Amino acid sequence: METNRGTELDGIFEKFVMFLRKCAFQVLSVGPIPTHIAFIMDGNRRYSKKQNLVEGAGHRVGFSALMSLLMYCYELGVKYVTIYAFSIDNFRRRPEEVQSVMDLMQEKIEGLIEKESIVNRYGVRVYFVGNLKLLSDPVRLAAERAMAATAKNSKAVLSICVAYTSTNEIMHAVQESCKEKWDEITMLGAGEAGYDLIGLKGNLIKLADIEKHMYMAVAPDPDILIRTSGETRLSNFLLWQSAYCYLYSPSVLWPEIGFRHFFWAILNYQQNHLYLDKKRKQS
Amino acid sequence: MGFRVVQFVWSGVTHIASLGLQLLWHFLHLIVNMWYSMFSIICMIESYLISAGALKSYKSLYLGKIRHLAIVVDSEDACQTSKIVELLQWLDIVGIRNVCLYDSDGVMKKSKGAILQKLNSLKLSEEADVNDTLHDQDHMTIEFASYVDGKEAVTKAANLIFVEYLKQQNSGGHCDGHIFTESHMTEALHAIGCKGPEPDLLLVYGPVRCHLGFPAWRIRYTEIVHMGPLNAMRYGSLVKAIYMFMMVHQNYGT
Repeated sequence: METNRGTELDGIFEKFVMFLRKCAFQVLSVGPIPTHIAFIMDGNRRYSKKQNLVEGAGHRVGFSALMSLLMYCYELGVKYVTIYAFSIDNFRRRPEEVQSVMDLMQEKIEGLIEKESIVNRYGVRVYFVGNLKLLSDPVRLAAERAMAATAKNSKAVLSICVAYTSTNEIMHAVQESCKEKWDEITMLGAGEAGYDLIGLKGNLIKLADIEKHMYMAVAPDPDILIRTSGETRLSNFLLWQSAYCYLYSPSVLWPEIGFRHFFWAILNYQQNHLYLDKKRKQS
Repeated sequence: MGFRVVQFVWSGVTHIASLGLQLLWHFLHLIVNMWYSMFSIICMIESYLISAGALKSYKSLYLGKIRHLAIVVDSEDACQTSKIVELLQWLDIVGIRNVCLYDSDGVMKKSKGAILQKLNSLKLSEEADVNDTLHDQDHMTIEFASYVDGKEAVTKAANLIFVEYLKQQNSGGHCDGHIFTESHMTEALHAIGCKGPEPDLLLVYGPVRCHLGFPAWRIRYTEIVHMGPLNAMRYGSLVKAIYMFMMVHQNYGT
């Protein structure tokens, strides 16, 4: 009886907090809301050490923080969210740590496909962005299933960068552009005359060709890139896309990030939005 | 009639609510502005104390970690040649020897002559020629970069790589894994003249912390620090930024 009353009170409290949050977002919505927010989720291991948790526990708490942040983004009306889940550089960590993160990822990816998951609640289409061939089969297959299962969602987009680095992305885009141009040349029957084409037309591969083959072509350039834990580098994340992006580095560790940090980040974005918009248009 | 009254009242309520929301929004931004104004004043005081040598911890800077430093300037401020020269003088005092000056429109590139002339008169700099290696460590190497050294340079390098790919396809068709690698892209960028190394630290002099299109290939692990507008630059803030960089430890993903 008392447990039921406790659960009821919790439910009412949760609804009240959600109402307050919606009011806060109504106020924020007077100003410009970013179309695309990117996150570098830094600080999971430091959080584990700080809280004396077992290895890997920081990443689990970090996942809960991610779910909350995604909810805030979609409630606010942010259409594109990108997260840096696993870098190609991270494969150089200890094998046990890499395996633990991969196991967690597989578990959570499978959770995304469930009906009550956040992606289905908010109509989010999920993309796994990166060199997926570097992932083990179970993780890659789970990612492909999640992409297929959410393909019909159209209200928002979540890009999960896994086995990703910007330089790898650029190289992959160049490779795909080369293959596409080669196919065009062979279709025209030019073959060795491809050299002449280059001579006559100058550069065959254009900037637009490279950009359309980028893994991140599924989303516009980010408006704000948030890296937690106070680190000021991008660590090979969205280097190509962040030319006119507001770079924000709060000192909070990722598992500790909450509503107030998110609210403050959006206020900061709104302060700087006009300048960045002007620069983007001038480019 | 009753329905019209309800409509009128509802319209009034939503109008008042909208005004109320706007008022709250402006009030929030007033708080944000006040917060950053206070923060600015504290930074200014700290900067003066550092310049005056009052803060002992900033007196000795170990520059071994900074092999290369980049400065990003808003193009609208980049025409202030005297400010750029003053900044370069400060970097020289601190002991920085390799600098890349970047603004997206290439304003500093165009005023390269004027900047180097002013610096040469102060016997501070010498721009490294492509085939030259500077032996004189007392001189600063300055590179000038702009937006065309970023995405456009990668596109040109991609075309060089495409020529190699064409040759390979025409001569047998087996794709050599060497062609589409990051190190090969770096070589291709060098071949078209984009030889600048990856800066260890990038200082942004502008209103917002944003790299404004600095060549993406070169900022994988670069620490990006916002210094504020060029007009408000301070020597103490520069020293602090370099000192804070010395404290940073990077895992490079491991």
